[in-house]
Amino acid sequence: MAESKVREPLFHVVKREGLPIWKTLLVYAAAIVGGLLLVSIFCAVCSEDIDNPLEMFSSMFDGAFGTERRIWIFVREGALLLGVSLALLPAFKMRFWNLGANGQIVISCLVCYSIMNWANTSETPIPNAIVVIMIILFGVGAGIVWAAIPAVFKAFFGTNETLFTLMMNYIAQGLVTVMITIWAPTGSGSLSPIKNYGLPNVINEHFLAILTISLITVFIFFYLAKSKHGYELAVVGESEKTAKYAGINVKLVTIRTLILSGAICGIVGLLITGGISHSVSSVSHNNMGFTAIMTSWLAGFNPLITIATSFLITFISLGMGQVRQDFGFYNDAIANVALGIVYFFIIACHFFINYKLVFRNSKHLEEKMGITTVGGEKGKKGGNG
Amino acid sequence: MDKPVAIELKNISKYFFGKVIANKNIDMTLYKGEILALLGENGSGKTTLMNMISGIYSPDEGHILVNGEEVSIRSPRDAFRYKIGMIHQHFKLVEVFTAAQNIVLGTKEGGRYSLKAINARVADISAKYGFEIDPQKKIYDMSVSEKQTVEIIKVLYRGADILILDEPTAVLTPQETEKLFDILRKMKEDGKSIIIITHKLNEVLAISDRVSILRKGEYVGTVITAETNTKELTEMMVGKKVDLKIDRPKTEYDRPLLEIRDLTINSDDGSKAIDNISFYIRGGEILGVAGIAGCGQKELCEAIAGLRKIVSGQIIHKGESLIGLSAKQISEKGVSMSFIPEDRLGMGLAPSFSITDNMMLKNYGDSRGIFVDRNAARARASALIEKLEIVTPSTETPVRRLSGGNVQKVLVGREIESGPNVIVTAYPVRGLDINSSYVIYDILNEEKVKGTGILFIGEDLDVMLALCDKIMVICHGKVMGIVHAEKTDKEELGLMMTGSLDLTEEKKEKRLGIAKDSNLTEEEWIEGAQKEADNG
Amino acid sequence: MIASLLIGAISLATVFLFGCVGEIITEKSGHLNLGIPGIMCVGTAGGCLGASVYMGALNGATPSYPILFLFSSLTTFTFSAAVGAIYAFLTVSLKCNQNITGLAITIFGTGLTQFMMDNVIDRSQLFAASSVLKQGLPFAENLGWFGNVFLSHGVLVYLAIAIAVAASLFLNKTKAGLNLRAIGENPAAADAVGINVTNYKFAAILTGSGIAGFGGYFYIIDYIGGSWENASTIEALGWMSIALVIFTLWRPALSIVGSILFAALYILAAKLPGFVSGITFTFTSVLKLFPYIITIIVLIITSIFGSKNVQPPQALGLPYFREER
Repeated sequence: MAESKVREPLFHVVKREGLPIWKTLLVYAAAIVGGLLLVSIFCAVCSEDIDNPLEMFSSMFDGAFGTERRIWIFVREGALLLGVSLALLPAFKMRFWNLGANGQIVISCLVCYSIMNWANTSETPIPNAIVVIMIILFGVGAGIVWAAIPAVFKAFFGTNETLFTLMMNYIAQGLVTVMITIWAPTGSGSLSPIKNYGLPNVINEHFLAILTISLITVFIFFYLAKSKHGYELAVVGESEKTAKYAGINVKLVTIRTLILSGAICGIVGLLITGGISHSVSSVSHNNMGFTAIMTSWLAGFNPLITIATSFLITFISLGMGQVRQDFGFYNDAIANVALGIVYFFIIACHFFINYKLVFRNSKHLEEKMGITTVGGEKGKKGGNG
Repeated sequence: MDKPVAIELKNISKYFFGKVIANKNIDMTLYKGEILALLGENGSGKTTLMNMISGIYSPDEGHILVNGEEVSIRSPRDAFRYKIGMIHQHFKLVEVFTAAQNIVLGTKEGGRYSLKAINARVADISAKYGFEIDPQKKIYDMSVSEKQTVEIIKVLYRGADILILDEPTAVLTPQETEKLFDILRKMKEDGKSIIIITHKLNEVLAISDRVSILRKGEYVGTVITAETNTKELTEMMVGKKVDLKIDRPKTEYDRPLLEIRDLTINSDDGSKAIDNISFYIRGGEILGVAGIAGCGQKELCEAIAGLRKIVSGQIIHKGESLIGLSAKQISEKGVSMSFIPEDRLGMGLAPSFSITDNMMLKNYGDSRGIFVDRNAARARASALIEKLEIVTPSTETPVRRLSGGNVQKVLVGREIESGPNVIVTAYPVRGLDINSSYVIYDILNEEKVKGTGILFIGEDLDVMLALCDKIMVICHGKVMGIVHAEKTDKEELGLMMTGSLDLTEEKKEKRLGIAKDSNLTEEEWIEGAQKEADNG
Repeated sequence: MIASLLIGAISLATVFLFGCVGEIITEKSGHLNLGIPGIMCVGTAGGCLGASVYMGALNGATPSYPILFLFSSLTTFTFSAAVGAIYAFLTVSLKCNQNITGLAITIFGTGLTQFMMDNVIDRSQLFAASSVLKQGLPFAENLGWFGNVFLSHGVLVYLAIAIAVAASLFLNKTKAGLNLRAIGENPAAADAVGINVTNYKFAAILTGSGIAGFGGYFYIIDYIGGSWENASTIEALGWMSIALVIFTLWRPALSIVGSILFAALYILAAKLPGFVSGITFTFTSVLKLFPYIITIIVLIITSIFGSKNVQPPQALGLPYFREER
């Protein structure tokens, strides 16, 4: 019989939209758990101190929530990462790949430290209030400049912003190294913190950052969801043609949005140097610029979901830091490996949210495919015939 | 009948996620050496069905038999193995490659490819069926009909015996269509079996041996062409008796609303898209623009809407120049433009925005303060959904999830709601079923009666002859003539579209496209041209 | 002076050339791989692992040039192609966002490499391996300045040029190359004529990643002579390689010239202190900014003066799903 020769595919892939939220969350949760399990196996293989892969999890919880101080740091670091993610949201929604948040943060840190250092070494005593005003103005300003330069070139010449912003990272970090050779010529390569100047402590050194980022979250939520600016940048992200059709000045919106993006990164830099570390190094950004790309994308560019993703990733980072200490890993590269693995799982799980595998022999096919009407009366379109 | 069978479909069904069924329990037979027309409205599932034979989609249920044997066609490569080839409506060609490269693409003949051998075989095929083609020409330099030729040769080069053509005449002039039909008849004599997908009844009657009809994804029946007529076919296709007459209400023409003189526009690559054209639109008339696809229609629309810089010439709206104004200023003057590109979503709509958000695309800035007024937009969206019977779950559904007809209703509806006095609309019924098309024609006629001037850029000459008052034909950016729809026919339009007939040459002294009762005096026109030359 | 500049430029250009050609092959299949910097790191780890294992196993015996070369090349290619396979699986099979997947690959790749170089690989073996692999052609010394500039390099330099030439021939002269380019331009058209889009994409991404991995390995084993700084150094070189793809208009043959030109500017800045007296530590760290500034200038120039005819593959960055409607 001819039948025997026919090999039907076992399943085929169909696109879907509008998966219920609880199912979406379930897929995400499964991906995160799966990723972390793989990480724990990786760690168990690499370290002799781990007998049971699950030991890693208690160590992670300990690292993030073990003491009151750790909880404060967890919330602060999560907030800072959230801040950077929020900075990237408007740019990404406009389809501008700002990969330069690291640089925008560091340049702000550098400018803040310069001002604090100037005040500290000045012969006439300078009140902290003046320094605070100056670091706010110039620190945020530096972040803006660093983001606006690639934006201007993108707007006028269509210069590839992905690589431009990346290079701006390296330049900012390089400038820090240059300045360190001036401030610390002995060659120790690190600077001593300037505790005399900086942002005032509110409750403790962590709270100011948390408070500021909370306000920014509210601002960005309304900016994106309700404001005319937010509407405009979303149109530009959809299609430049449509934006021009709607009478939107694409160049202006591009530059304006990146100014906002750079300003928020500048604020994060200000909080780090002015409020927390009181110092600067070429890695003051703690690679949050890259991490935030993942958190904001994973959140589907939604500011509220970004809160969840930022704290999740912070948990993994801080947790892996503890794992490293507890189980004798030589350096913190293990945290990047862990994050990479978790990212792969979360990225992969998007496939199951956007597509569905349909098995050839499954029954009730119509039902499974979510068919709404059969040859319906209203004339909804079927094929593209 | 005991003619040998080429393809037999048994009980084929195909579903798309969350949508209406595309194909449901379809049985169909194609005999060897016949031309079968597959007739159905836009959206009736014709292409989906054929895509399953050519390996683009896989059927969810049912069986396909080729030459009497059951087969599983999982990819286009499988289809070629069974000597089945499909010429898709949207050509699947690599633009930066030459014709020869496209033809040889994917064939299994050695590691390096010899252009000489390809050329010889292409010449062979061309001579046999009467094609004219330059194998060294790049696809992006080709006209639509040349591209179609490449697609057909591509399929023949692979030795296909069964050819499927998806709406092959949609982009051709009447003369080109006739030529294509000659080629198809030659192929038939040569023993090839052909399925031609179409929704045009006169073509079905002209070319096919039998007609199979689909309606809303379901198989309606098959009739022998010689034994049927337009009326019967229409009823089978639409499912009820329909009056296929498009109204052309009589109106009193007003003075010219939009006057265009000596307009020249460049395309993106710097070549002339529109070359020194003049025309005008009066209130209460529909001026059709006919031309082969890509003859400057898009550039003309964009220039009028202020989205594209012009090289020279004047665009006068109610006596005032539009040149140098922004898109926003032009739309505020009541000039509306809606362009439906091939993918239907490109210009004028933001696909992933909700209907509400798309409603405020042009006037989001009118609300006070820094926030947009989504409540007002939502109210307008609801009103539009009700008025035009747009099928959607809610006002917050992204437009890309709507079906083509409903997307177009949103776009055209929004434009008309803004109360324009000039409507420029390109391909507003592209891909729509008959009912939806008539909704759009009715809207346009309603506006025309109100005294709006309408520029209608279309594809289907039959529709334009019925709907428009006058038709302007352009060929390679030049005007070939402006004729009264009642005093012309398809043949004349077809000749002008390919540039074989140029009425402007014959009637030079009449100064085509210049209104006698212009809003400007001749001196003012000259002054305007002078001013523009100074600026340029 | 010019000779020493050229020697350095050709050597450094090899790093960029591997990365650039690898990225071009990937992009020709329609995939923008921002994971290349991470993959170059992983290639480093793979190659160094291979080299150190082989050298360690010798127990003091004289290493064999061909075995060391072949074995470490094999591990370089395997490691980087394996990470490329993750990228390919996510972006081709699962149709995930290419930018995001690429960045995740880079984060993972730099981390994994740092981890391996610090914990797994016996770095003390690398110096000896380097001195073996750095040997130039035996007759180079007899040919004066010409031999010095062009023939004194290690074998990987010539491998890079050979791969670039081969890639150019492959893309422009072979059927498979034509098929691959068609996929990057219009996957639906390629699919409709029966080309297996998925297989080609996988092959291109794995090969491209495998080639790019050599860039990082070459940097450690040849350019800086077997020492180790950190993964971020290689990551930075990776980003520059991607920028070079734009500069060299997606042409592997042109990228030979492009990468040497770029490397010459890089070296010029780095070697400047050698020619000027009274250089401070600050000044040298200022000079280290130059490569990044040059990259930016290159990007700007390409965007302003780039011909409209030379465009990236049309379907670059877009996932392909046959049943997309």
